[in-house]
Amino acid sequence: MSTTTTPTATSPPARDERVAQTASLARLLRRPELGALIGAVGVFVLFAVVDQTGQFASLHGLARWSDSAATIGIVAVAVALLMIGGEFDLSAGVMVGSSGLVLGLLVTELYVMMWPAILLTLVFAAAIGAMNGWLVVKTRLPSFIVTLATFFSLQGLNLGLTKMITDTVRVSGIDDIPGFDSARAVFATDFWEPYKFRIAVVWWIGLTILATVVLARARFGNWITAVGGDANAARNTGVPVARTKILLFMFTSMSAALVGIMTALRLRSVQAGQGVGEEFTYIIAAVVGGCLLTGGFGSAIGASVGASVIGMAFIGIAFAGWNTDWSFLFLGVILFMAVMVNTIISRRASGGRG
Amino acid sequence: MTTIAVTTKSEPILELEGVGKQFGSVIALRDISLHVRPGTVTCVLGDNGAGKSTLIKTLSGVHQPSGGTYRIEGEEVNLSSPRDALGKGIATVYQDLATVPLMSVWRNFFLGSEPTRGGPLRLIDVRRAKEIARKELLAMGIDIRDVEQPVGTLSGGERQAVAIARAVYFGAKVLILDEPTSALGVKQSGVVLKYVVQAKERGVAVIFITHNPHHAYLVGDHFFLLNRGRMIEDWERDEVSLDALVKAMAGGAELESLAHELKSLGGEVAEAAQEEIAEMRETQL
Repeated sequence: MSTTTTPTATSPPARDERVAQTASLARLLRRPELGALIGAVGVFVLFAVVDQTGQFASLHGLARWSDSAATIGIVAVAVALLMIGGEFDLSAGVMVGSSGLVLGLLVTELYVMMWPAILLTLVFAAAIGAMNGWLVVKTRLPSFIVTLATFFSLQGLNLGLTKMITDTVRVSGIDDIPGFDSARAVFATDFWEPYKFRIAVVWWIGLTILATVVLARARFGNWITAVGGDANAARNTGVPVARTKILLFMFTSMSAALVGIMTALRLRSVQAGQGVGEEFTYIIAAVVGGCLLTGGFGSAIGASVGASVIGMAFIGIAFAGWNTDWSFLFLGVILFMAVMVNTIISRRASGGRG
Repeated sequence: MTTIAVTTKSEPILELEGVGKQFGSVIALRDISLHVRPGTVTCVLGDNGAGKSTLIKTLSGVHQPSGGTYRIEGEEVNLSSPRDALGKGIATVYQDLATVPLMSVWRNFFLGSEPTRGGPLRLIDVRRAKEIARKELLAMGIDIRDVEQPVGTLSGGERQAVAIARAVYFGAKVLILDEPTSALGVKQSGVVLKYVVQAKERGVAVIFITHNPHHAYLVGDHFFLLNRGRMIEDWERDEVSLDALVKAMAGGAELESLAHELKSLGGEVAEAAQEEIAEMRETQL
């Protein structure tokens, strides 16, 4: 098409001039993940310098922090899509514990075999996600409130039911179940001796790629951005707003369940309090990665870069020989700085109009 | 029974006959009759509270009329939703709710009707989408520098234009424009009016809803005047002058009485001010 428009249009030379100087730079600055990428390089350099073990900047170090980043990133990618779609899910953290417990109780108390139990756990997570989404769409209450209620309800159920059934706050004995070994090989093994990268990293990268392709190229991705950007405009052009949002909530719950399943298979037992508190880590990763809290803008790669920053910080602080109590302070500072940088960048990129 | 075809003009594509809309005890529209022909611009003028929004929502399927008949291409219809209306070729461009600001021009252009290449992910044919968007916008005379730029960076007029071009491309036979110029400056309004004419020339029946008689007179072929939920005037272009339209819009007699009221009010205010000044002088001295 460019071949036919260039010669026929009368004004392009002048028009090109007024865009040419800034177009490529503005387009780069418009990328949501840019701030996170700069931050990630900064954090990497910082921890490489203060490292006491001499391993942080090696493959050993990479295997360690990528493990930490993967368990955050798998959920953070889904949380990022949900945030781009204009909603929050505060129950994503507790879902990790709930789904682990569901899996554990299914196999140890009801003697379901491992693979069917995994499938049922994912169905359970999808149902909780669908309930979150349906409540948000139907009641029109802020998802912050709806999922906060889900969060506390699940936390109560996790503790109450686990104690009632097992008389303890944990479910153990998962490794005696037929199918455990094959499930562990898929969800919780490691590879590449002697570094021992976790298989979760592969899942994480796969999900990041899938989410990025969907967001940038699929019709559903267009709808996600639209319902978060302006739900009314989206509805007016015929986008199924309710269905899009409900599917996003389901995807978020299911990715939390994936981490729950991975953790249960890896540790061979599940704590009733597992995952609680992580919901904000996911949101921090998504926000550091350039997602706007108001929806309609963000990236899946950004969320994964954000998860990497957090993973590097957790592992880096330990490798530097500092007390790990400091890691939350570090997260807070990172969050604030990233949001500030992202805001400044996006104001610049929108040419002062936004 | 569409035997109203008195003139030799083409048959109306959209027609309301005695349509009313009631919300509980509130009567928002009463006995509205309106007809719209392809390739014409039909202006519906009315002040705030005249019932313009209710009329738009009734035409576009958001509300169902409480009475009367609604015909599209001679067939009586009962629209259940905006999507239903869209399926019958009736597209509505709302003043502020037409585009998603953070999304690019081409994504907005195809939003809700993306051309896909199939497959499980239903991937968008991005190259084709960009090409069509650029071509269609150019055909409407809209020269977008870069279809990749966010719609939010366009001017208000250009944004409306993108929404109009989109509706025309997706086969709208009737295009309802809700106050497309009300939030715009003089120059931007001109831009939008140009696209209104473009759409008309492509055979679309345009319903232009506005409270600005000057803008309406520039492009309109037929004028309906809405007041307090009733259609009080129905003029062909050759039956009305701009002056008459402005006067009718401003409510003629109402305006005169308002002028009197203001004058008397102004007199009182001036008197009160003079007294106050006199008092102040006394206390200062």
